[in-house]
Order: sequence, then C-alpha cells, then structure tokens
Amino acid sequence: MKRIYLDNAATTPVDEEVVREMVPVFTENYGNPSSIYKEGRDAKKLVEENRAKVADALGAQPNEIFFTGSGTEADNWALKGAARRNKKRGSHIITSAVEHHAILHTAQQLEKEGFDVTYLPVDEYGKVSPEDLKKALRDDTILVSIMMANNEVGTIEPIKEMVEIVKEHNPRTLFHTDAVQAFGNIPVDVKDLGVDLLSVSGHKIYGPKGIGALYIKKGTPVENILQGGAQEKNRRPGTENTASIAGFGKAAEIAKEKLPEHTEHMQKLRDKLIKGVLETVPKSELTGHPEDRLPGNASFIFDYIEGEGILLSLDLAGIAGSSGSACTSGSLDPSHVLLALGLPAGRAHGSLRLTLGRDTTEEDIDYVIEQLGPIVKRLRAMSPLDEAHPIDAAVYEHGDHHHHH
Amino acid sequence: MYTEKVMENFTNPKNVGEVENANAVGQVGSPACGDIMKMSMKINDDGIIEDVKFKTYGCGAAIATSSVATEMIKGKHVDEARKLTNQQVIDDLGGLPPAKIHCSVLAAEAIQAALEDWEKNKEEAKTEA
Repeated sequence: MKRIYLDNAATTPVDEEVVREMVPVFTENYGNPSSIYKEGRDAKKLVEENRAKVADALGAQPNEIFFTGSGTEADNWALKGAARRNKKRGSHIITSAVEHHAILHTAQQLEKEGFDVTYLPVDEYGKVSPEDLKKALRDDTILVSIMMANNEVGTIEPIKEMVEIVKEHNPRTLFHTDAVQAFGNIPVDVKDLGVDLLSVSGHKIYGPKGIGALYIKKGTPVENILQGGAQEKNRRPGTENTASIAGFGKAAEIAKEKLPEHTEHMQKLRDKLIKGVLETVPKSELTGHPEDRLPGNASFIFDYIEGEGILLSLDLAGIAGSSGSACTSGSLDPSHVLLALGLPAGRAHGSLRLTLGRDTTEEDIDYVIEQLGPIVKRLRAMSPLDEAHPIDAAVYEHGDHHHHH
Repeated sequence: MYTEKVMENFTNPKNVGEVENANAVGQVGSPACGDIMKMSMKINDDGIIEDVKFKTYGCGAAIATSSVATEMIKGKHVDEARKLTNQQVIDDLGGLPPAKIHCSVLAAEAIQAALEDWEKNKEEAKTEA
C-alpha cells in the first residue's frame, strides 16, 4: 500500500543529496578532526565547511554555530548554560507554557537549582502576548526563552517584537528561541530576530538524526554543560559527528535555497487540507493560529472521539499522523500545549496533527480528506458521547444508577 | 505495539451500540485519562445475559477490550460475568502494552457497573411491587 507521511514535524526523510554527502564520510573522510595528520585535517575542513553552511542558512557567522547531538541538547545548553553563567545578575527566567519538553523540563530542572521561572500563558491560538512578557520582566530577569513556532499547533510567535521588548528593558537579558520547528519552514535569520541564542535540529530539515546546533551570538555569556575535550572551540566536547555534520550542512543549504518554493507548496496544500477537513467532518475545529502558522501544519480537534483511534485508523488507510491525546503520549495527560490553549482535557484527547512536507502532493491531500470523514464517523458511532451527552456530563464513578430504562 | 487480535477487534469490533430496552446499564471512565465505556445489557429472569452492547470513547485498546469483554459474557449467567477479571480480557487479546492495562480494568468495571445497575433495578421493582 502507498504510504502518505504526514508527520514531518516529528521527523523528515533524509534528502538523497544529503545521503550522498554523508556516505563517503563514513569510509573515506573518516578521520578525527582533532588529529594533526591529513585524515584529521580533511575531517576538520569538512566540519568547518558545513558549519559555514548552517551559519549561512541562519544568517549567522560560522564561529557563532556550535554543533550538538540534537535540538534537545541545544535547548538544554542554552537554558542551563545561560542561567548558570548569569546567576550573579539574577535568578529569574521567563518561558512559555507551550514550549517543547526540551525547554519545559529543563526549566523545571533549573527551578530545582533555585531559579525562579515564569511560564507565560498563551491565547486560544497558542500565541504568547508581548504585553504579558513586558509585564513579567523583572530587574533580576536574566533569560527569556520563547519558541519560534509551536510543534503541535504550528503557531508562529512574535519573536522579533519580544526581543525588542526584552532588550529595551535590559540589553543584558538574554533571549533564546527554539527554532527547531521553524527552521526550513519559515525564514530564520538570527540578526533579523535579534536573538542571543537559537536552537536548530538536523532531522527536521531532511537531514540526519542525532545532530543539532546552537547559535551563540558572539560574546554571549553561556557556560558549558558538558565537560571533556577541546572540540567546538572548547565549548562542546565530544568527537564531532562528521557524517551527520556533513548531512546537516547540506540539508541547511538546500533548506535555504528552496525555502520560498517549499513554503509556497506546503502552504497551498495545507490550506486545501484544512478547508477540506473542516468542510467534510462535522464538529471539527482547527487548533493553532488561522494565519500565523507553519506552512506545513494542519491540526484539529474532533469532538466525541479519541486521537489514538483516529491514528490507528489512518495508519490502516496508509496515512501517518500524530495526536496530543494521552493514549498516544504514554501518559494519562493530554498535550500540555492543547491544555494551554484553554481546551478542556476531554476535548484535547480528540486531537489530530497532520504535518505536510515538501514531498506531499495534492493527490495525498485529496486522499486524506476522503478517508478522514468516514474514520471519524465510524469512531463516533462507537462513542457514548455526542451532542446530547457531552464529555463533561459523562459519569466518572462506577455506573450510572440514575439512568433507568 | 498492539497484537493482531487487538487490531482485529479495533477494526471490526463486536457488539457495538446500545441494547434496546436494556435492564442493565453501566458507564465508567474519566475524560481526563481519555476513556469512557458504556455497557448496556438485556438480562432475562434466569439471570442470563441475552444481549450486551458497548459504546466506548477511548484508544484502540479501549475499543478492543470492550469488544472482547462483551463477547466473553454474552449468553453467560450473571454469576459467571461477575467473575470476569481484567486479566482474562488481557489474555484473550494476547496481551496489552503496559500503558494500556487500565483499558482492560475499565472494561471489567463497566460490566460490574452494569450488573450492579441490574441488581438495583430488581430491588426497586420489588419495592414498587
């Protein structure tokens, strides 16, 4: 069966051109970049060439790009490194309620270390209010971290505006943005944004997994979080993942070059998908911002049914998607993002996220729209919930003893 | 992560719906954890479960456990149905992922809730008579 992959926010297939760049690194250019002989010098050259490509795609200088093992590591480094290094100036950190766990759980760890963290709320579309940020800033605020675009509902945050507010309040307060979802989908330019720190990942932009990067603006005080060798100018130890660095560099180069084309393509199909789903599936709702959203993100809530049932059914039809329901997360809580939008837990379970990629076709979208209606209808026919029996009225204790026939 | 039998019972579940003129109805679950099960039954005067149907809001495992649990008690005496454990439901499905064990618990509880409802209805009928 033909598969339709609509989970590009989870990961993307590696571009064949990227693979071609990577393969010889394993067997030919295999040297350790720290070695003094030719194999080492060649590997070092490869790392630096690709650092320049990633820097170029982000509007940064090559010496401001530091390779990490993942986007998650870059987020950890930015938060822990900036917080610990600037502790003498204050202990207040501001972030948002809709961040990725790489930020949220790191912030929670910093709270245990004595930092005071403010989690800004979002509106019903997932937007952080610059006004709220302004009010939350204190004299002891050392770091603000707000994501550039949300991984679940695709909402794009007003980073540039928020950076201006923070810098006006105190130029020394650092601003970090997690641009893992934004990179490759919308323009990401560190100089235009004005951020001090920015995280990106390889596998979200048709590059390999296990490679990320942290942009550290020249002169930004950030402590190391890993101890070891002298790699990455003494900032991030560990033998460089040369093959993945080569792949990441190539992927970043393609992402920059093809950005307008890919954005336009995905946006057109995304709008068709959103319109088609909302028109054909009753009691369906778009989540996230209607306009300020990632070009590939179409996320929905379907009343009276649960997300995992939708995913399993779509999978049987050859379609890969994701959900913020508890059942799919392995916990009993639905997505913190959907709850932060103000959705009750019961409704948040009925979420579906479809994230398009640059290879998604119009036929794919037609097929998904055609399949989704009957899937939702079948699951609703099995559900005890409907308009007359909304989830909030359901009985949670044992048995409904007031219901006689 | 699911066995073939779970997927089969998710794709083609048995006993979906609501029994007409049911004399035993039980609903359990919590919207917070994302599962609600409703069981309705027609139990005859000899205590035999003549018909049982379910409606479930929940994941694939919740639907599959509802399906096999109703199959396991259909045509059985209430005394036998009372003894149904969630482990029997799990075994019948060929196992469940650890995070989905609670679905089988819910299925067993929904049946017990319906049987309690039946007992209560009987008591009330006696009092009224």
